[in-house]
Amino acid sequence: MSTELIRIPILQIEDFLVASIQVALHDRSAVQFRDDLLQRIYETKAKGLIIDLTAVDIVDSFIGRLIGDVAEMAALMGTRVVVSGLQPAVAITLTELGLELPGIITALNLEKGIAILRRLVKEEDGEGGGL
Amino acid sequence: MIQERTLLVRSDLDIVSARVEGRDMARALGFGTIDQARIATAISELARNIVLYAGEGTVTLRLIERGTKKGIEVICEDHGPGIEDVNLVMRDGYSTSRGLGMGLPGARRLMDEFDIESKAGVGTRVTVRKWLR
Repeated sequence: MSTELIRIPILQIEDFLVASIQVALHDRSAVQFRDDLLQRIYETKAKGLIIDLTAVDIVDSFIGRLIGDVAEMAALMGTRVVVSGLQPAVAITLTELGLELPGIITALNLEKGIAILRRLVKEEDGEGGGL
Repeated sequence: MIQERTLLVRSDLDIVSARVEGRDMARALGFGTIDQARIATAISELARNIVLYAGEGTVTLRLIERGTKKGIEVICEDHGPGIEDVNLVMRDGYSTSRGLGMGLPGARRLMDEFDIESKAGVGTRVTVRKWLR
């Protein structure tokens, strides 16, 4: 039985990490992706993470829940997560599945995702400045 | 066009193959991108149930006709432990495993028709259909 794991590259841009999923992820690769993301957040102390789904045409409940988990875990570590590039069909199937991903910040594309992260981080830095 | 295909499902890699095949068949039949995604996502949910609860089973994809309507039928079958109370598992949020209980009710919402037959100790067969509009 093949146990080939697909590793998704995680890039660093300034204080942010960017990961774009370009392949159909099976469950074990998706779990590996979650673990890699959390490890990289820890190592880089990134202030934000963008998961880009522009090339993803199917998000089932397993992957949807995993993305929700990443956002929750990253938040615990002090990192904001934005999901970008959700295709219309993916948004429709996610809501029909009953997975609305509450608390997840979404952006139309990668560029807008970075702009949102910059603003969030700036707001947080501003709040922290007075203490 | 291929009329019928049965795939063995026993790992997470097979789940991906089954939904890719299903999507290709749906596209060839003329389904739009949103229905293709619905069909592929439903296959993913049902095939995962097979791997999770029964270890292995089959996914059969068929082109179907009823009167002037054309569509796709997906039959997911296993000889796993079966389901004691089908009404219970069809409830949103009910789950006996790591899932969040979206598999079956989710697949039902994504497709036009949904049938489930299950017998404890014998196995489970879920049949879903989507019709071209």
